[in-house]
Amino acid sequence: MNGALLDWFRDPANWTGPDGVPTRVAEHLRYTAVTLLIALVIAVPIGAWVGHTGRMRWLVTGANAARAVPTLGLLFAVSMLVGPLIKSDLAFVIPSIAVLVLLAVPPLLSGTYAGIESVDPEARDAASGMGMTGSQVLWQVELPCALPLFLSGLRSATLQVIATATVAASVSLGGLGRYLIDGLASRDYTQMVAGSVLVALLALVADGVLALLERYAVSPGISGRASRVARTRATSRATADSTLSVGPAGATALAGTSSERDRT
Amino acid sequence: MTWALDHLDEILTRAVQHAWLAGLPLVLGLLIALPLGWLANRKAWIHGTLLTTTGLLYTIPSLALFILLPSILGTKILDPVNVIIAMTVYTVALLTRTVADGLSAVDPATRQAAVAMGFGPVARVRSVDLPLAIPVVAAGLRVAAVSNVSIVSVASLIGISQLGYFLTDGYARTFPTEVWVGIVACVLLALVFDLVILGIAWLLTPWTRVRA
Amino acid sequence: MIRFDGVTKQYDTGSGTTSVAVDHLSLEAPTGKITVLVGPSGCGKTTTLRMVNRMISPSSGTISIDGRDTASMDVAELRRGMGYVIQHAGLFPHRTVLDNVTTVPRLLGVDKRSARARAMELIERVGLDPDLARRYPAQLSGGQQQRVGVARALAADPPVMLMDEPFSAVDPVVREQLQNEFLRLQSELSKTILFVTHDIDEAVKLGDQVAVLRIGGVLAQLATPATLLSDPVDDFVAGFVGRDRGYRALSFAAAPELRLEPEPTVPLGASAEQVRATGATWVICVGESGEPLGWVRAAAVTESVTRDLLHRGGTVASTDGSLRALLDAALSSPSGRGVVADTEGRFVGTIRASEVVPVIEARQAAST
Ligand SMILES: Nc1ncnc2c1ncn2[C@@H]1O[C@H](COP(=O)(O)OP(=O)(O)OP(=O)(O)O)[C@@H](O)[C@H]1O
Ligand SMILES: [Mg+2]
Repeated sequence: MNGALLDWFRDPANWTGPDGVPTRVAEHLRYTAVTLLIALVIAVPIGAWVGHTGRMRWLVTGANAARAVPTLGLLFAVSMLVGPLIKSDLAFVIPSIAVLVLLAVPPLLSGTYAGIESVDPEARDAASGMGMTGSQVLWQVELPCALPLFLSGLRSATLQVIATATVAASVSLGGLGRYLIDGLASRDYTQMVAGSVLVALLALVADGVLALLERYAVSPGISGRASRVARTRATSRATADSTLSVGPAGATALAGTSSERDRT
Repeated sequence: MTWALDHLDEILTRAVQHAWLAGLPLVLGLLIALPLGWLANRKAWIHGTLLTTTGLLYTIPSLALFILLPSILGTKILDPVNVIIAMTVYTVALLTRTVADGLSAVDPATRQAAVAMGFGPVARVRSVDLPLAIPVVAAGLRVAAVSNVSIVSVASLIGISQLGYFLTDGYARTFPTEVWVGIVACVLLALVFDLVILGIAWLLTPWTRVRA
Repeated sequence: MIRFDGVTKQYDTGSGTTSVAVDHLSLEAPTGKITVLVGPSGCGKTTTLRMVNRMISPSSGTISIDGRDTASMDVAELRRGMGYVIQHAGLFPHRTVLDNVTTVPRLLGVDKRSARARAMELIERVGLDPDLARRYPAQLSGGQQQRVGVARALAADPPVMLMDEPFSAVDPVVREQLQNEFLRLQSELSKTILFVTHDIDEAVKLGDQVAVLRIGGVLAQLATPATLLSDPVDDFVAGFVGRDRGYRALSFAAAPELRLEPEPTVPLGASAEQVRATGATWVICVGESGEPLGWVRAAAVTESVTRDLLHRGGTVASTDGSLRALLDAALSSPSGRGVVADTEGRFVGTIRASEVVPVIEARQAAST
């Protein structure tokens, strides 16, 4: 088995052409990036607004409850609805991206919301009291303070999208999922395993990159890297993290968003 | 609707299979995560190593894991054991951190009082730390349960029988009703899990219901 | 000068009802002076303060600064021109102490280098170790955070400071230190300060004038601390000012020139013979520059006067201090004789309570 797998990776044929590894990885990354971009544009302003004003919290709760819908089913249902309406490749790209966006929005929304909401009200008060304008308060105080929770939302959204994009191969989307689905169809087990290894690696690398970004972007004053930081704070953050990061393919989360739990 | 009624037997059979595949890993995962979470709170380096490892496991996409496990374990690809193990891995990955958080969130004063009363380390965990951590652990279990129900349906892509079958079959036959029945059944099952966990946590934590 | 003219603030409390937080308030906070707003919880102090920088807008009435109506000014500009200090400091957790302090100057467009140089100066000025400048707020104690809060508010050198219970979240010892340093700073900087507290002792200690508010945001009395203690206008103010006000009022009466009794002194390390030679039961021990260290009971000295033998219960009054300090020195002294030192801190003599009390009685007779 391992020998066959190595042979697969050594075979130059698997590294070139439209189903070569570089192309598939690039496709996979492209879907992920497009999805995340759209999801960010939707989720961050809404999350920031809800966190800032404290109004319409049900948006966040609702988005989280929607995670109970199995992604695979949604993917099939949407492609069957939309597919026939569109000619060309977009017939499976659009439904897939739409479902992936739907999947990425809840963690980003809860992350942004919980992050902004967790900003010390006194810091916010001091900021406007010293003459910062609304957008200065947002950019200079609220967003930097919200960064850890936002980034953990981004990490779990990224993982879910990478994982679920694999599943979307079953509705003819390109990317690494093709190796799994095509391998299944042609009973080429080696190809399936190779694809799985690649997806797992891609997920690990993406998570690693985001973890680095987190180290670099989050102020040590918040992340606790500046040595002694109140224990309670570290704990509550960790708790929020664990509830936000929900993730492998088609994963969902209904219960205990960080905000809900913070309140009890 | 009529389709669902006509196939009620099949739906129920698959729902039971689905419940096993999603539920058994919850129990197994909890049993493994409890000692791991407890260990994680003992030493900082164990905490770091354990949480990083479980975090990494969590990044592996489910479809990939379903396919990789047979080659690692030597099982058949259609063996449901693969799904059980994969879901257990995810559950452990999610719950270890929750258990660690739950146990460390116990008021230090309460813990010290327990020590002062002469509880040994094990007795203390069993009769003080664990009960008080139940609400946090239950919240983590709810997340894991809903997540498991959804992930298990993905296993139908590699041909393992459960509610996800309706999704793949309905899509293959271009029969939307079947897909929707599958979706609704999954959501209902997730809801049942959620309520069961809430109910158990409610029964186990009478003190949280006393209004101060 | 900050001037309130018939300022009222009503809050909507839902379903058409309103509650009045501040009611027709008129008062002036003179330039370069500390005006303290004091009153029970919920009496509208914070609301009053926050109307000045328009964090809250008044329902009616006007607030003006040096004759300019604040309502006509640009909000950001108005706020950048006043320092604002709140209870838990409200520091930005993601910025170092230094960057917290440079916030307002940076907003005003001061370049980073000069803003930082000025910030370092301020950090030292509020009594912080310059090494703390690179730390993050989570790495500071509550008292240190509060100092950073004050430094941050002072950074752009605003003529006006608004302070809302800035010292109430720290323990009494630190609070006292912060108050003393605050007074020292103010004597150098002479800002126009509006200071909110619920602690009457703090109000009386810090205020050049004190405004007592009652529930509903009505001004009960505006007076100097001395007048407030000696002559509360009504039962509410009297009750709020508290029980020991007769004694506390003595803080504001300067110590008169009294004939002090000379006292034999011994240095630290003096032998038992030297102590006994003074013939007194209690003897003052003084340090190298003549500062009083404490009383020694002659009978307790077997070999020589050591620090262990010093009785430290007595307080020391200063010749330029208050009547209260003088009386307290006498009352707290184990020998019944209060220790008095000159302005340089050197021991000059002692005084008995029985000599202070006639002075107090004479003051009362004079003021009625
Ligand atoms: N946003 C608001 N909406 C409605 N009522 C308010 C609001 N803010 C304050 N109040 C009410 O106005 C009154 C004055 O409040 P304020 O915060 O000014 O009191 P305070 O004197 O600062 O009290 P404390 O010493 O407790 O800080 C209180 O009765 C309070 O309940
Ligand atoms: Mg207040």
